[in-house]
Amino acid sequence: MPAEIRKLIVQVDETHREMGREVNPPTRRALAMAVIRNPFAGRWVEQLDELIAIGEELGGLLGARCVQALGIEPGQAHSYGKAAIVGEAGELEHAAALLHPKLGAPLRKAVEKGAALVPSAKKQGGVGTAIDVPLGHKDAAFVRSHFDAIEARVADAPRADEIVVAVSVTASGRPLPRIGGLQVSEIQGQDGLR
Amino acid sequence: MNLIDIRRIVTTVEDIFHEGGPRAAEPPRRGSIAVVMTNPYAGRYEPDILPMMDALTPVGIDMAHRLRAAMDLPPERIESYGKGAIVGAAGELEHGALWHVPGGYAMRELLGWKGDAAAYKRGDSNAGQGGNALAIVPSTKKVGPPGCALDVPLTHINASYVRSHYDAMEVRVPGSPRPDELVFILVMSTGGRVHARVGGLTAAGISKWDGLR
Repeated sequence: MPAEIRKLIVQVDETHREMGREVNPPTRRALAMAVIRNPFAGRWVEQLDELIAIGEELGGLLGARCVQALGIEPGQAHSYGKAAIVGEAGELEHAAALLHPKLGAPLRKAVEKGAALVPSAKKQGGVGTAIDVPLGHKDAAFVRSHFDAIEARVADAPRADEIVVAVSVTASGRPLPRIGGLQVSEIQGQDGLR
Repeated sequence: MNLIDIRRIVTTVEDIFHEGGPRAAEPPRRGSIAVVMTNPYAGRYEPDILPMMDALTPVGIDMAHRLRAAMDLPPERIESYGKGAIVGAAGELEHGALWHVPGGYAMRELLGWKGDAAAYKRGDSNAGQGGNALAIVPSTKKVGPPGCALDVPLTHINASYVRSHYDAMEVRVPGSPRPDELVFILVMSTGGRVHARVGGLTAAGISKWDGLR
């Protein structure tokens, strides 16, 4: 069964100035969210394959929506992250099924390469619950300028039998990074770490 | 003094396929744009704030065009609109009121020259939407902390009494406004509520073209 999507939401967050200083080029972060029906709401289901397949579908869809909203080529993406908010009639493991087994591969295809782990967060919540989606560089998790988070929230979701699935892709790091560490120019991009 | 100092721009576009009822044949697409800028009047009482209203005019026009581009639609598809402002804690509500004229003007500039009301009134199916932006742009404003949510009202662009199009979109910028900042917001939608069924004036029933009915 494909995902039963009630809403699709795409946001772009640009920062042009910080503390009176110009951010040049502006940081640009995209966030795509799908509100889906949880096929396992309200009951115990041992095998979570259906949600795993939906995760694969959404990894491609939401990743592509982010890249499209940023107006970039896939290879120009910098960092990424993923998260899910499970409505009250679901269980946390439903978020795990969406996010971990299969969402990553199509997301990596949408951003080209993606050697690094896709950082993630999950929680249960009611309508309007916010989740902070962690962000890390897509090819080297230790790039310090790209450690960040973006808040995801849908005002009228998740209903009890729904799940909010969020994917973020950026074209930048933080606005004015200056705490050292591994730089983008130093990425080797082999092991996903450095 | 430069009155316009934009720090952040956040756009949101949402497609609503259903809300527990039948899937919409044409899912409404709603969009918002929020611009975060420095409040030049924060922390003091400034008697004359009107220069800021003029300075906001090009900002509003740019926002309206950016929002339309993010929604990826021709202006004729826009059926409802609204606007709002969130004032950081070191400002006053009146600073948010500066948005009434430039925010409303901006969307009318975008929508107003499109369409043919006479053809629409005749029922000419090729006339498209009579997108003349005749109706008042509904608005709301408040003073709030960073991350404050504002429910921005939406009504039909040509007749305020179109009941199917009474709606609101929650807009919120995590981390903004800081105390010395303002958030100015525009919202637009391609349709009314996804399962509208409480009667009243419909978009097809607009007849007076006075902005109300």
